[in-house]
Amino acid sequence: MTPFTLVNWPCHAAGCGNDHSEMALAFDRGRKVRLLVIPALFDEANKLRRQTINVMRRLDLAGIDTFVPDLPGCNESIASLPQQTLAIWRDATVEAVRNFKVTHILTVRASAMLAPDGLPGWAWAPTGGRQALRGMIRARTIAAKEAGRPEKTEDIQTLGRTEGVELAGWQIGAEMFRDLESANPAAHLIEIPQSDLGGPGLWLRAEPDEDADQADTLATILSNALELNP
Amino acid sequence: MSNGHDLAPSRAAIDAKLRKILSDVLGLAADDVAAFDANTGLFGHLPELDSMAVAGLLTEMEDQLDIIIEDDDVDGEMLETYGGLLAFAEAKAVEA
Repeated sequence: MTPFTLVNWPCHAAGCGNDHSEMALAFDRGRKVRLLVIPALFDEANKLRRQTINVMRRLDLAGIDTFVPDLPGCNESIASLPQQTLAIWRDATVEAVRNFKVTHILTVRASAMLAPDGLPGWAWAPTGGRQALRGMIRARTIAAKEAGRPEKTEDIQTLGRTEGVELAGWQIGAEMFRDLESANPAAHLIEIPQSDLGGPGLWLRAEPDEDADQADTLATILSNALELNP
Repeated sequence: MSNGHDLAPSRAAIDAKLRKILSDVLGLAADDVAAFDANTGLFGHLPELDSMAVAGLLTEMEDQLDIIIEDDDVDGEMLETYGGLLAFAEAKAVEA
């Protein structure tokens, strides 16, 4: 088993600062098949991190190099989260593709919105920006009602579009909010629906969880497909 | 008994779907959720069910039961017990 490494990669995506680097977690032995894994977004990022890395460990054993980059504004990034937009994240994804010289891409849930054209790959249980917002806005209205200061969905949406809004602890700028309202998963990816993995989506849970059988199944689907079409 | 119109899903079907959704959201075995009765406490009783998990639960209910849940529908009563949630789901399914 290859130990993973934490590596810097230069991110020149327009609008998120000059010449800064972002981190990536890599299983890299210079192998022929190199897969970029774009992590799940917002509240699902934390819930699916462990499962995502578990899938990468299995792909490593199957002879596939994998890389999961931090997006600007997330994790250890020095970029400001509320200044991020989908365009910046798409640029950053292109930069990561170039830097790690990947051959394929795997997106996780809403990160399917970020996949660049021309790179073959898969979308694990893809979802769009509107759906991503729906869950987080609903969580905010429920928490607000519980706290005795109810908020309406429409008011949160108006705030989000004009000034930006904090949802599930994520500061989402106005441009990002408007981007998300109309963004869909990239159409050229092959969808791997959650129902193919034999268990419920772990993003439904309140806390991060893992499922070894689901990780085995997803890694097998990917490694079989990559052997057929490396 | 069919009157030629689409019939709302049966209570048993809604009950089964709702238990499956709760099992997925709570990460509980099907047997545990099968033991829920009308008085089993949910929101405020189960630590797994925070506001984000309730949001996920309601969204799954919308998608799987083909219903739409408005802000004003969500209150303590419908979320407090399994019986409350089931009654809500049944009422919404009839509306849909």
